[in-house]
Amino acid sequence: MYGEGRAVCVGRDMDTDRIIAGRYLRTKDRALWAAHVFEDLDPTLANRLEGTVVIAGSNMGCGSSREQAAIALKEAGVVGVIAPTFARIFFRNAINIGLPLVECPVSCKEGAWVRFNLEEGWAEVDGERCIARPLSPKMLEILRAGGLVPYWRNRR
Amino acid sequence: MATLSERILGGPAGTYVDVRVDRAFAHDGTGVLTKEAFCEMHCEKIRDPQGTYIFFDHIAPANNSTTATLQAELRSFARARGLNFTDIGEGICHQLLAEGIVLPGEVVVGADSHTCTLGAFGAFATGVGATDMAAIWASGGTWFRVPETIAIRLTGSLEGAAEPKDLALAYVRELGMDGANYRALEFVGDGVAGIPMAGRLTCSNMAVEAGAKAGMFYADRETVGYLAGFGISATTQEPDDGTSARELEIDLSDLTPLIASGHRVDRVQEVRALAGTPIDQVFVGTCTNGRLADLERLARVLRGKKVKVRTIVVPASRLTLAEAGRMGIVETLLAAGCVIGIPGCGPCLGAHMGVLGEGEVCLSTANRNFTNRMGVGGEILLSSVATAGASALRGEITVPEAADVR
Ligand code: SF4
Repeated sequence: MYGEGRAVCVGRDMDTDRIIAGRYLRTKDRALWAAHVFEDLDPTLANRLEGTVVIAGSNMGCGSSREQAAIALKEAGVVGVIAPTFARIFFRNAINIGLPLVECPVSCKEGAWVRFNLEEGWAEVDGERCIARPLSPKMLEILRAGGLVPYWRNRR
Repeated sequence: MATLSERILGGPAGTYVDVRVDRAFAHDGTGVLTKEAFCEMHCEKIRDPQGTYIFFDHIAPANNSTTATLQAELRSFARARGLNFTDIGEGICHQLLAEGIVLPGEVVVGADSHTCTLGAFGAFATGVGATDMAAIWASGGTWFRVPETIAIRLTGSLEGAAEPKDLALAYVRELGMDGANYRALEFVGDGVAGIPMAGRLTCSNMAVEAGAKAGMFYADRETVGYLAGFGISATTQEPDDGTSARELEIDLSDLTPLIASGHRVDRVQEVRALAGTPIDQVFVGTCTNGRLADLERLARVLRGKKVKVRTIVVPASRLTLAEAGRMGIVETLLAAGCVIGIPGCGPCLGAHMGVLGEGEVCLSTANRNFTNRMGVGGEILLSSVATAGASALRGEITVPEAADVR
């Protein structure tokens, strides 16, 4: 799985309440989550996420298990998320909804060009490469299928 | 020689295992998306309806008609498929499962991050998201990476006004918000025996605040006795020494009342450091501290006195409320000026029943103080019940005295 885009930097311990606030959860409207993603961090960010790679600090996606956090990022057009470590529920959620994650410690430069390859296990920020922690074969399969729903559908 | 996670999941740390799930649950918050994913998977049948639970606790009763409609859909889904369905006012999912349902050695998976609470019984209990839960509904199982373990070795016993919540805040401070990421916590050592089930649930509950996948106590005499109260016979589990990847020692006798502030649950200091800080609201409840032992403690602090700020008390379950009524606790709290809410999550997630306004500060017995969680522009401080009670009486952060609570 290959992806590329401009870098958007966010800090460490980015909790899912900040990715999508609790007040937007009572709906099934995915566009609404995309419109309010990161609102409490920077209200202008949601409109700038299309085609970007979000680079976060450690413990990305900690806190509430709300899958809407990963969905909001994907719906907003985020191509992938890179962080030195992810909180485990966010990690599973992102893979399950088909949002590529790269676990590797890169330093973020806002607007830099980012490329990543999950099969080969690396990410590059402005040409500077870091080696990613490999995903298990099953996780890669789920990602390749586009998430756990299509993965499950194909298997039946 | 194996950790409790290794024994229950059936593989050494670091390996991937497929396991059968004994109890799977979702609530009105996560159940909606789970149902969507389940239907999109073109699945019809829930594999194990008897082990599948839906609880309405997060925004229950519904706060507006959008919520009500989503809940109505989920309610009929649960009923049509014969799932264990628990409607509004019964209580918080994690508490209801602690009232004689979860047993030592089980694999418990919930679509809620605080599922780790149930590790207090010696079960492997962990949270997942909605799509993972949908796959569990469909297949009856899931995959895990068997976690490495951090042993938290407890010695001594709690003294003064310190309570199990202070232990929880202390280990989160030591580990940091991601210090236990991908790992399990095991609470071991001589100090464990003196912590009652209610306190163990409080400690296991906050494991996820350090990033942990699970927070477990080995089932012992206390566990077996507690379950016997619900008519269940269980057996104890014995820890193996030296199986953990890391050890953290905490002497319970050293603990003093603690408080988390600054929108970080690991920014923990002694209550004394913040004494005198004005507060606008006190909230006692949640899956961390809404149990009978907590309400009893609060009543002891407030008996015969009046609170100075609005104080919202939300029992963790209907049983908790009923017993608090029988024991005269409800009367004491009402006389002290508290508001008593409907059993459930209450204002914990900032959806209803006590949302904060711009610039307001709430001292809460919950587990999270993320920015804006209880309302845009509001701040949450986290403490024990004793600290919350003492502070409610003064309208400012106050160090509880041992004499107030014992
Ligand atoms: S009480 Fe709070 S932390 Fe516990 S399950 Fe409810 S919303 Fe989550």
